[in-house]
Amino acid sequence: MNINFTLIAQAIAFAVLIWFTVKFVWPPLLKAIETRQKEIADGLAAAQEGRSALEVAAKKSEVTLAEAKQKASEIIAQAEKRGTQIVEEAKGNAKVEGDRILAGAKSEIDQEVNRAKEGLRAQVSALAIAGAEKILRKEIDAKAHSEMLSKLAAEL
Amino acid sequence: MATEHADNAQHALTPSAYIEHHLSFNAQPLNESAGFWTLHVDTFVMSVALGFIVMGLIWLVARRATSGVPTKTQAFVELVFGFIDDQVKNIFHGNRHSFIAPTALTVFLWVFAMNSMDFLPVDWVAGIVSFFGGEHAKWRAVPTSDINTTFALALTVWILMIFFAIKVKGFGGWIHELFCAPFGSKIWVWPANFMFNLIEYVSKPLSHSLRLFGNMYAGEVIFLLLGMWAATGLTGTIAGAILGAGWSIFHILIVALQAFIFMMLTVVYLAMAHEGH
Repeated sequence: MNINFTLIAQAIAFAVLIWFTVKFVWPPLLKAIETRQKEIADGLAAAQEGRSALEVAAKKSEVTLAEAKQKASEIIAQAEKRGTQIVEEAKGNAKVEGDRILAGAKSEIDQEVNRAKEGLRAQVSALAIAGAEKILRKEIDAKAHSEMLSKLAAEL
Repeated sequence: MATEHADNAQHALTPSAYIEHHLSFNAQPLNESAGFWTLHVDTFVMSVALGFIVMGLIWLVARRATSGVPTKTQAFVELVFGFIDDQVKNIFHGNRHSFIAPTALTVFLWVFAMNSMDFLPVDWVAGIVSFFGGEHAKWRAVPTSDINTTFALALTVWILMIFFAIKVKGFGGWIHELFCAPFGSKIWVWPANFMFNLIEYVSKPLSHSLRLFGNMYAGEVIFLLLGMWAATGLTGTIAGAILGAGWSIFHILIVALQAFIFMMLTVVYLAMAHEGH
């Protein structure tokens, strides 16, 4: 158990080992671990940020979707309205056209009737003259009485 | 003279010769007068080799340490690193990274490695050494069962302790503390304070080194006794083997625990040196 020079040699070896560890072993390990800790912390923070951003985006998309739906229904309603409007308009137009055609036809019929009446009147007046000629057996100056006869025809 | 006696006894193969052979250092005198100027080659070579192997392996990992995904080796080294760092953090509240924590790592790993040499079967070590160095070559594999090693460590810590005390408090402050703590600064308690501090300064390295030395030395002796029992016959061999295995398993605890205690005391002493009264 004698103390001897070994003690000094061991103390020197110990000092060298401490120096070596302080200088070369501890700092790189510390740096690696601290860097990783920081990276993990940053990563977690980024993940948290991403999660909140996702939430915001989800909310935003919901709002946009709702807006789009509303707009779509508005457009549909408008289109329906416009459709009925067009149909109504067409109906109106058709009615007007129909009325016009009807009126035209009526007036044509009236004209025909009038024309027929004119013809009949002329024939009746001719017949009346012929009848009167025969009845009176007297020659009537057609020229002298034609004015009176046409008046008579107009009254028929 | 002692060597001669041991040699003679070695031939006789008595129990005491066996133990004496195993507990003798490979002591080489550095000059004619010997005495203090003797080097225990076995202790020195084993401890330096272990120190540089252990710290060198850690260094190889540390050199390529990445802050990204660590390899399994790096993860293991970081586990040790974190363990030491946590212990130091709980005791010392200063900038531990500049000196105290790396010192704690060195102490823990080095002492652990040196203690672990106790797991080598004592007679295998003797067998290998006698194969290379002749029948009477001596080699003690456990550097921490040499009081020179434990004293060297404890004294280095002791010097560091005084160094930090002076560095933190100044030389005047340190002297002031020697005389004025713990009982107060009245002049009539100065002698008591000084005696108290003196005893503290003497007892710290003694208890620090002798605790480790005693544990490792006793462990070695018990292994030797079990080895001797094995030489007595079949019953002794079986009993010695079973008890040897048991003691080895228990010794794993002692090896780790003593390394841990030595490291903790180092940290505590150095932390105390930083704190003023």
